[in-house]
Amino acid sequence: MSRLPFYVTVGVLVVAGIALTVHRHLVFEVPWLPGEQRQIWDIEALVSFNARGEPALVDLALPSSQDNYRLIGENTASPGYGLAFLGEEDARRAEWTIRSATGPQTLYYRAQFLVSDERDPPPPPESVSLQRPTVWGRPYDTAAAQIIDHAWQRSSNNLSFARELILDFSAERASENSRLLLGAFPRVPLLVGLLTQAQVPAREVSGLWLEDGRRRQSLTPWLQVFDGQNWVLFDPETGAQGKPARLLLWEAAGQPLLEVEGGGNSNVTFSMISHTQPASVVSRVQFSEESLLNFSIHSLPLEEQALFQTILLIPIGALIVVLLRILVGIKTSGTFMPVLIALAFIQTTLITGLVGFLLVVAVGLVIRNYLSHLHLLLVARVSAVIITVIAIISIFSVLSYRLGLNAGLTITFFPMIILSWTIERMSILWEEEGPKEVLIQGGGSLLTAVVAYLAMNNLVIRHITFNFLGVQLILMAFILLLGNYTGYRLLELKRFKPVARG
Amino acid sequence: MFTATFAKYFPNWALPHELHAKGIVGMNRRNMRYIARYNPRHLYPLVDDKLQTKMLASRHGITTPELIATVTSQGDVVGLIARLQGRDRFVIKPAKGSGGKGILLIDRVEGDNFVKPNGTSIDRETLEQHVSNILSGIYSLGGATDVALIEAMINFDPRLLEYTYEGVPDIRVIVFLGFPVMAMMRLSTSASDGKANLHKGAVGVGIDIGSGRAIRGVQFDHPCERHPDTGHELASLQIPSWRTLLLQAAGCYEMTGLGYIGTDMVLDRDFGPMLLELNARPGLTIQIANGEGLRHRLELIERQKGQMSITERVDFAQQHFARIPL
Repeated sequence: MSRLPFYVTVGVLVVAGIALTVHRHLVFEVPWLPGEQRQIWDIEALVSFNARGEPALVDLALPSSQDNYRLIGENTASPGYGLAFLGEEDARRAEWTIRSATGPQTLYYRAQFLVSDERDPPPPPESVSLQRPTVWGRPYDTAAAQIIDHAWQRSSNNLSFARELILDFSAERASENSRLLLGAFPRVPLLVGLLTQAQVPAREVSGLWLEDGRRRQSLTPWLQVFDGQNWVLFDPETGAQGKPARLLLWEAAGQPLLEVEGGGNSNVTFSMISHTQPASVVSRVQFSEESLLNFSIHSLPLEEQALFQTILLIPIGALIVVLLRILVGIKTSGTFMPVLIALAFIQTTLITGLVGFLLVVAVGLVIRNYLSHLHLLLVARVSAVIITVIAIISIFSVLSYRLGLNAGLTITFFPMIILSWTIERMSILWEEEGPKEVLIQGGGSLLTAVVAYLAMNNLVIRHITFNFLGVQLILMAFILLLGNYTGYRLLELKRFKPVARG
Repeated sequence: MFTATFAKYFPNWALPHELHAKGIVGMNRRNMRYIARYNPRHLYPLVDDKLQTKMLASRHGITTPELIATVTSQGDVVGLIARLQGRDRFVIKPAKGSGGKGILLIDRVEGDNFVKPNGTSIDRETLEQHVSNILSGIYSLGGATDVALIEAMINFDPRLLEYTYEGVPDIRVIVFLGFPVMAMMRLSTSASDGKANLHKGAVGVGIDIGSGRAIRGVQFDHPCERHPDTGHELASLQIPSWRTLLLQAAGCYEMTGLGYIGTDMVLDRDFGPMLLELNARPGLTIQIANGEGLRHRLELIERQKGQMSITERVDFAQQHFARIPL
């Protein structure tokens, strides 16, 4: 059989891969390396609601430039809808309108924020008015009055009053009054109501925690208090003053986040992704509608892009496995199990991941050892191991949380089904070949996972796999070539040494 | 020059060209050049299922241990003891087991007690439980339901017994396109727990295709002169009925159609060489036991043209692969 078609395929893959990669570099000016760059957060809000077949109006609060984040572009996707941007600098809103719509509707709003160190203080508000006072009703009014009084005594101005008030609702200082009020009102509106009652202007705003690759996130409520000149942000849980660096204020004017007329069951979720671009490109970001010919995954909604960021790393992990198995000859338990473990390591960080993995597998092996005495059928046995693994993971999570080791909570990122199969395989291996073989294969798997993790977590590799899809074709060609390798594995040079030299 | 320096600093490693000169076949080459090319996937069930292998063998005139009974359903387990009446020595094994798993040897029957070769005995219920476990697939690949085979126990040729420690000494012959290319005897040791499994520490002894005499021994991939337990010198080993054994092994090519197989043979006192099982992915340790790579022999055979009978192929192999002068 001629190998020609094979080499032609490989050649085509390599040429196409290089062409795509160079095209992307030249036309889209994506740099080869991630260095000397500006970080950009791409954030997508997905509004969904059920239309009732009548005219519908959707009104969504929009974010503005603020400390650490400069808005550099925005666009929307909402076929068939009329769109208007309303409002001023600090209270921008988008209004989608349609004459008639039925069934589930989805609207996208997407904004790009440039991370910068510069402070961007909003202009001092022209007039600040108090919110409408809250009507507490008995017995809450007495409790509210007492709490206000208590905090008032221990403060000197608006800000210290707000801080004392928040601390009065914290877990350490909670009194009977505060527990009573918290039981009846949500925390942030409650704080706003109390501040208003004490003649301190306050309002509820919404912020988004920025974390790379997160999907389906919702906003968290924050508290703003007027200090006489500016609005100051408070963490309603801890009383900490000022905006955390990773927080983006989405709605900063005390207005509702989303209002829908002519529809029900409305909801808004957020996805985000962080990427880097050279400063020169950032200034020329184009936000025109992308052309139909742009088939790259970078034209997908952010939610899917965030997924692809991880998916596109898997071929790198696969390549590592191929290299270590075909060229080195390392034995692993389950061919691609190490790649999945490496993916989990990306979430947990390396040391935590290694400790967690060893703990789960060790405890799992002990329990599996008992199960083997029961002589269960395979599927039932593995299912039992899956439940055991879930139990182990839950127990370790709770334990580490109790001990204050937050890192331990990330253990839930491990793929449980894969872990169960690993335990099952190791256990059979132990029975058939003894503990030595378990160490060899377990060690081989872990070594492969660590190498794959180091490769997949490398900034340059992440940058290249995500930005240059052509690289995937080159990887494919390379793996095909490796599949053709009939030479010796590295470890065979040791194994067969007695034949070569006595 | 470089090779000498390399050997000085890395005494436990060889360089690729040294292995190549010895004709060593590596795992990648075995998988791609030989197994993938000469072993069609659809023929694998013939060797993975020992029952099918046995039936095929009897049709092709290859001797296998006598089949006493098969148990195919849980309902048959109860009647099994009755069918074994009058049988004293037998072996129960799973048809799809691998690596000697689930094999139970019974040396004699005392009433309702079944005595194993090492002297311990099990009762009737445990025996039935074992058969039932085999049927449920505990020992089979992937846990698929299985069939239990009950075979007559082999009476080992006494001339070979002194070379082994407990367990069964078997002879692995690599058969390539019907030519026996390389052979190795596997002797169980205390380290291998009485099993003839090289991973576990059984001794492999390279056997000269020409004469059936020992070339050298290897344990855990390292050469050894004597059996580690009995202390018996390995070099004096001479397989009886060697040519018959090669003829039987070579016949497995016509029988299965698989081009690259490992045939596992045993020597019975009364019936001579018998086929125990076949392996479509035979290991590579046989090269260490023979102190020589497979590659030159395999390539020589690939160059042969035209049909040859079994006898012609064995003649060819004995002539070309003989390493010990008679």
